[in-house]
Amino acid sequence: MENLLWLIPALPFLGAILLVLFGGRLPKSLLSLIGVGSVGVSALVTILLGFEFLAERPLYYQQEVWQWFSVAGFTPSVAFHVDALSMVFIFVITFVGFLIHLYATAYMADEADFARFFACMNLFVGSMLVLVLADNLLLLYLGWEGVGLCSYLLIGFWYKEPANGYAARKAFIITRIGDTAMAIGLFLLFQLFGTLNIQTILSDAPQVWPVGAEGALLVALLLLGGAVGKSGQLPLQTWLPDAMAGPTPVSALIHAATMVTAGVYLIARMNVVFELAPLAQLLVAVVGAATLLIAGFSALTQYDLKRVLAYSTISQIGYMFLALGVGAWSAGIFHFMIHAFFKALLFLCAGAIILALHHEQDMRHMGGLRKSMPVVFWTFLIGAGSLAALPLITAGFYSKDQILWYALAGENGNVWLYAAGLAGAFVTSIYTFRMVFLTFYGPAKTHVSHPPGKLITIPLILLAILSLVGGFIELPHNFGHLVLFSELLQPVLPAIEASASLAANEWLFQLLAAVVSLGGVFVAYLFYIKSPYLLHRLMHNGLAVRLQQFWFAGWGFDALYDNLFVRPYVFLANLNKRDIIDSFYTGLARTAEGFHVMLSQSQNGVLRSYVMGIVVGAIMILTISLFL
Amino acid sequence: MELTFYIAAAVAILSTIMVITRYNMIHALLYLVVSFMAVAVVFFTLGAPFMAALEIIIYAGAIVVLIIFVIMMLNMIQEDVQREKEWLKPSVWVGPALLSAVLLAELAYILLGANPSQTEALVAVDAKLVGLALFGPYLLGVQLCGILLMAGIVGAYHLGRQKKKVIHRFLQERSAAA
Amino acid sequence: MSTASMEAALLLAGILFMLGLISVLIRRNIIFMLISVEIMLNAAGLAFIVAGTRWVQPDGQIMFIFILTMAAAEVSVGLALILQIYHQLKTLNSDAANIMKG
Repeated sequence: MENLLWLIPALPFLGAILLVLFGGRLPKSLLSLIGVGSVGVSALVTILLGFEFLAERPLYYQQEVWQWFSVAGFTPSVAFHVDALSMVFIFVITFVGFLIHLYATAYMADEADFARFFACMNLFVGSMLVLVLADNLLLLYLGWEGVGLCSYLLIGFWYKEPANGYAARKAFIITRIGDTAMAIGLFLLFQLFGTLNIQTILSDAPQVWPVGAEGALLVALLLLGGAVGKSGQLPLQTWLPDAMAGPTPVSALIHAATMVTAGVYLIARMNVVFELAPLAQLLVAVVGAATLLIAGFSALTQYDLKRVLAYSTISQIGYMFLALGVGAWSAGIFHFMIHAFFKALLFLCAGAIILALHHEQDMRHMGGLRKSMPVVFWTFLIGAGSLAALPLITAGFYSKDQILWYALAGENGNVWLYAAGLAGAFVTSIYTFRMVFLTFYGPAKTHVSHPPGKLITIPLILLAILSLVGGFIELPHNFGHLVLFSELLQPVLPAIEASASLAANEWLFQLLAAVVSLGGVFVAYLFYIKSPYLLHRLMHNGLAVRLQQFWFAGWGFDALYDNLFVRPYVFLANLNKRDIIDSFYTGLARTAEGFHVMLSQSQNGVLRSYVMGIVVGAIMILTISLFL
Repeated sequence: MELTFYIAAAVAILSTIMVITRYNMIHALLYLVVSFMAVAVVFFTLGAPFMAALEIIIYAGAIVVLIIFVIMMLNMIQEDVQREKEWLKPSVWVGPALLSAVLLAELAYILLGANPSQTEALVAVDAKLVGLALFGPYLLGVQLCGILLMAGIVGAYHLGRQKKKVIHRFLQERSAAA
Repeated sequence: MSTASMEAALLLAGILFMLGLISVLIRRNIIFMLISVEIMLNAAGLAFIVAGTRWVQPDGQIMFIFILTMAAAEVSVGLALILQIYHQLKTLNSDAANIMKG
């Protein structure tokens, strides 16, 4: 089984190549078979490998496929390394990816560019798998850029709409800022360690750097820059809401479940470096806390169903960063897995709704879908419950509660981070159920024309089940005390100790989290179902309106960046349009041309004048060499 | 011997001046022969008698005779002498003469001013030495000279051939325009 | 045997060269120009011989032989060209040859 490791990323790549080469000539059924089948077989291999991994419990599986290149002692390999952390990621990527591919065959059925879509999707899955399986940072970077490219291609999938192309470029450019920081971080690491092999770096780092070393801080900050760009965290989060321009399965797979969590993976993977730089780790937590609040408030005000989900994704990844920042590594990864389930579910439900309503995305034009689309309603409700962390029954509760608990009681935790997380949970709960109420309750405003078929509902149901039961593999120690997940990750990620003084009162904080979550649901119910006039009255308050507009615009980050970076740049570009710097060179050319015109007069065909020229030249040279 | 040198040098200069101031070509060529002979005497005084002989045979003999043949073919008459006189006005020759004088002055400055002349006795380099060097280290040069002469013969034959009314294409255009 | 100084001999070469140069500059007749070039070549040869004598080396005289060869070839080709020009232009005025845009 171990020897088949290379198959996991190779199969999606093979699928992508087949689709690119023969996409135009094959019938759609065969295209779907290739597109879904490659990821499906990959998922199958992953699951078999996972069983073996769970049975044998090795530290890792390693397979070197070939040596990539060898330059001046730098010999990165195309080698795959699977430990528990990678195992979780490849499971989520292939399995959730497979379900989304399956869903996409129905969602994209009427699309003309069917083959292109699946080629990009397969390429994405392959790149993402390379990212998480890579045993050296260079290969990881290859996958990292590969998923960035696929993200660009898929956001701009409907390229005939200029706005989509704009969104794609925005995503590509903004993530590029983070990638550049990360590349510099990799250069630094190579300079210090002479290798980019992840395991070597992790084992050598504590010898090279003492805790709090400047080098570690610098590297950690640069890696954080890359992670922040890819994962849509503050201050590079502006691209993610616009990325919703892509088809909904793309949003589900790339911009919710997998690619945007690459930053989480990177930080978790390089956990030793971050532990050596406590300042950087604190910054991770602060970035996570700030992002989850900002994105949560923005989500409150959006009307576009997919934009709400996009902001909620940013917010939930903020939770993961918070967890990583306080040192609750396995809690962050746990939340990643659960989030992948329920967020993919929510996006796919949203896609089903959008498809049913003729590509209507505005929630104000929806409503009353509870009766007409029962399967979607129930699965969406489960997903929403998980997102809002409804206590006990949903998986989201267990993962989020763990993060909140360690944000307070962990070694690096403090009250402020906890408060931010708790406030975020409240807001999450409100906007989630605002979404549910607006979409499924109230009078129907748009006719359902396209009820979802089997291919759409089956992935929904599977994901809904996972969103419910996924949480039960890791229960708080005062409530079942099941630690399957953190035990699995134990060899890779350091464990966290909760402070003993607070541990006695853990149930209190769990209760608080539950109350906050239910309270949010109640507030949403109050405003959107029970007494809508309250909302009406609120909207007449000037301050509230201005706040709403501010949040709707994503806290004005786009405008800020526009004024700070884009406009000055465009101004300079316009200034330079007239080739100011070139004028020197064109001036030189003009002068040369003038001399040419002048001197060409001297070529008159009179032999004697030529001889005269030679004589004058000889006199000048002689004079200069004699008297100067 | 020294006196011979200076006299020969004076003759050479004077006759060359006469060459460049004549209007009649034949007169000029006769003075040119005198000039070459004077230079041959200078060679002799410098201890290169073989070169002196070559100077007389090839310059004063072959080359000048060749030019005279060509002048005879071109059929010069008194009219051409008159035209030559018109062309050689003082306004034409003062400027170039001044320029050349400057050049000469600089040359003299280099020759005479650089270091005080140490009058060493000039030793003759006899023809045997020259022949040995010519067919020793300079063999390649001799062969190249042979090729050059060959090319000269072929070129002269080709260019000097009288063709049936061959008009250069530029001239054809001009005559067509006229 | 000789006591003539090298400087005097070189000066003679220089003067002859200058006279040839002046002639090239002021004459319009192509044949005169050719004659002037011969004078200049001869002066250059004289300078070589003086130098060869000064250092008691045969190289100077060998150079003179090469110059001689070159002058012979040059005169033969040059005269052939002059004949052609005269046939084409019916004149020996070198300025008239500027229609060739050399």
